[in-house]
Amino acid sequence: MTAVPLQPPRRLIEFTLDGRETRVPEGSTILDACRAAGKDVPTLCEGDTLTPKNACRVCVVEVAGARTLAPACSRRAEAGMDVRTDTRRARHSRKIVLELLASSTDLSTTPRAAEWIKEYQAEPGRFGAGAARLNEAPKIDNDLYVRDYDKCIQCYKCVDACGEQWQNSFAISVAGRGFDARISTEHDAPLTDSACVFCGNCIEVCPTGALSFKSEFDMRDAGTWNESAQTETTTVCAYCGVGCNLTLHVQENEIVKVTSPHDNPVTHGNLCIKGRFGFQHVQQH
Amino acid sequence: MDLHFGDGKPTDQERAAVDALLGPASSPWEGADDRSETDLRWARGGRDARERRDQLLPGLHAINDRVGWISEGALDYLCRRLTIPPADAYGVATFYAMFAVAPRPARVVHVCTDLACAVRGSAALCADLEERLGAAGATEGDVTWQQSPCLGLCERAPAALVLQAGEPASAAGRAPSPLHSGPRKAAAEVVRRRTSAVVAPATAGTVASAATAPEAAPGEPPAAMAVPQAGRPDLTLLKRVGVVDPASLDDYRAHGGYAALRRAFGIGPAEVIREVTEAGLLGRGGAAFPTGRKWQATASQPDHPHYLVCNADESEPGTFKDRVVMEGDPYALVESMTIAGYAVGAHQGYLYIRGEYPRAVARLEHAIAQARSRGFLGENVLGHGYAFDIELRRGAGAYICGEETALFNSIEGYRGEPRSKPPFPVEKGLFGKPTAANNVETLINVLPVLTMGAEAYAAVGTGTSTGPKLFCVSGSVRRPGVYELPFGAALDELLELAGRPESIRAVLLGGAAGGFVRPDETDIPLTFEGTRAAGTTLGSGVVLVIDDSVELPRILLRIAEFFRDESCGQCVPCRIGTVRQEEALHRILDRRGAEAADDVALLREVGSAMKDASICGLGQTAWNAVESAIDRLGVYAAADPERSTT
Repeated sequence: MTAVPLQPPRRLIEFTLDGRETRVPEGSTILDACRAAGKDVPTLCEGDTLTPKNACRVCVVEVAGARTLAPACSRRAEAGMDVRTDTRRARHSRKIVLELLASSTDLSTTPRAAEWIKEYQAEPGRFGAGAARLNEAPKIDNDLYVRDYDKCIQCYKCVDACGEQWQNSFAISVAGRGFDARISTEHDAPLTDSACVFCGNCIEVCPTGALSFKSEFDMRDAGTWNESAQTETTTVCAYCGVGCNLTLHVQENEIVKVTSPHDNPVTHGNLCIKGRFGFQHVQQH
Repeated sequence: MDLHFGDGKPTDQERAAVDALLGPASSPWEGADDRSETDLRWARGGRDARERRDQLLPGLHAINDRVGWISEGALDYLCRRLTIPPADAYGVATFYAMFAVAPRPARVVHVCTDLACAVRGSAALCADLEERLGAAGATEGDVTWQQSPCLGLCERAPAALVLQAGEPASAAGRAPSPLHSGPRKAAAEVVRRRTSAVVAPATAGTVASAATAPEAAPGEPPAAMAVPQAGRPDLTLLKRVGVVDPASLDDYRAHGGYAALRRAFGIGPAEVIREVTEAGLLGRGGAAFPTGRKWQATASQPDHPHYLVCNADESEPGTFKDRVVMEGDPYALVESMTIAGYAVGAHQGYLYIRGEYPRAVARLEHAIAQARSRGFLGENVLGHGYAFDIELRRGAGAYICGEETALFNSIEGYRGEPRSKPPFPVEKGLFGKPTAANNVETLINVLPVLTMGAEAYAAVGTGTSTGPKLFCVSGSVRRPGVYELPFGAALDELLELAGRPESIRAVLLGGAAGGFVRPDETDIPLTFEGTRAAGTTLGSGVVLVIDDSVELPRILLRIAEFFRDESCGQCVPCRIGTVRQEEALHRILDRRGAEAADDVALLREVGSAMKDASICGLGQTAWNAVESAIDRLGVYAAADPERSTT
């Protein structure tokens, strides 16, 4: 059983969600309220353990009286608010955002992207064959992980996880501006020359597979990656005494990657280089 | 924070540039060359150093001004001095158009190709320059030239700006102001005396010779040349431009200066806010928010300190009114900021001014220093026991930094990306504290509000748009410039004043984020409500007149290019939507009617998502002008008389 620390009691506020009176604890976001009400609002850049940057704009909803749509992931519910999650305007913006993303980025490893593209009837192809896209080769400069920015939607989660919200390494940042903006180290140096400590927490939060284990990248490349054949086993890391939880992803009796449960109150999904990548010794034959 | 620095070493010049700003390194820990093993075991700086993060932008300017670009070693040294992760600082340096992180010549010529300059022949100028100086971006001798977004010199279009890096003539930095003793203690930005030259109107010949010898380039005409009405007795906001000596505090006082501040001290902050509220003063930056309400909301915040920010990052293509006021009557802005600071309970004001305005920067630096030395700023303003000082911050080429929350990020040393609202600046603004952010024109309106009184001020203009308004008229008119009219005058009246061309194809109101009106609509009243009723906007007061010689699709393409260039890239609708908008406009550049219909429909769909789902005003308005050109001007409609606009 996972221990859940108790928080001070919070007041409940009342607002209207899709015409229905809803009560949520003060401080909840609209997305929290949607999830509590069983509504499926799509989102890419929202992360359960990071402050959302609300950059992807897939989760926009209509708030009565507001000139523009609001990001459900970071707009807090306010008493008396009248929120509609499924209006024509909101659906239109989601559709266009998905089209824009899919026309410029490779969403093939983004969970649920294909499903949403279908649901919102997005047609990324209609911007034409000449539509600008990132078209970057994957950056492979170390044996632990690969940065494939062709798949990057620039949600800032890796930057936040590497920086002040989790790891405090500050090895990466967003460089450049506009369509040319990229996640980058200083002067675009290889990761091995940067402040990176190879904790892999950026991989943990990446919503699109732009950051991946080298093991996963190689297997996908070879066509041997098979998620349906993988088992996940959560165990305790044996390297030190902190007791971080490790989830071992095993395919054909080989550990192929390691994640960590986000609801663990000690680590929130964080690991160090050893817990994340130091699994080869388990499978020495 | 576990910082990792590279092995790059600054050159002596780079180190000197940074040290001139921050003072010499107080310990080897901060990046001196002779660090010993012991130094590395002993952490210094810590919180104090981190709280100087807002010196990052001035630091990048210091290096870029001295060397012309920012090397790895220089960036690393600056980061050590400020305890900033190098990746972070690199992200900031690459955000701004005026900085380079790859070697380039010390002299860079920026040639404006934006709307007003495009109307006045910037394309031909660029073609000529290509013959004289080589292709844009190529290095010819010690010079490179590049195309630039609006330089704010629209009344003298086409315009060019030559910036030369080098040693400042006087290496002595300005002394830190006495109020900078708190956590934001910082050596004030070093006064740059490197050479820059403004060439406008520009020909390939004048640009080329200014590029070879900027110090020998002819001086700029006085600011009053941009005010065709200069000297007229019925002016309120522009009455001193061309009349006072912009360098003389005494001359300013002799022309009624500081009467408004004395009245403010006489009636107290609450009464100042009441006067401003009753005067009905609306923000002139484009959003038209009631200034009194903003001040009241800031003043009443329990959190302290409060800040005042003057937004002088005038980068909207076609806008140059703030520049003319700052160059022609700088003390008026210093006085207005003092009054605003007093009203909202701030003791520190930040004047964020765009980096492309060298003369306005110099005039305001001088005015602030004079005011400080004479007791009009400082610990005890005019002996009333109120402490207020102004710090000038130079932007570095980013239109988005005119968005108030992006401006706060820029001052704080972060990428100039807008923040989500709420929370609003009056609650959590600069450094997370309650902040009132006002445009230059809004602030200088406070002077007549206080000297005339709320009632007399509100009697000018219309019921809901009160007071005088500045308009930036450019393009195909005979007398381009800044005009002052009371709200309510019709567009026709303004066009008559400025010399209406024989044939008008369209008028762009409000700049790139504004909208077009047809020549048969020039009876629109120039008020916030009048333009809104006509389905357009007053925005920042741009009136760009386009005659028949100008092809609208090319102007629209330039607008799209501008937004694609200036998008910060934070949110998807704007980052990718502006690219798709530009691509579609490219495709239909020479197409009309049915041939363009699919792309026009695509533009509408993408445009409405940008308007609805972007984080900030840039993305939300990036489609306005194109939409109005399609709907009101029928720009891609078939050429037949029965025009179809869809």
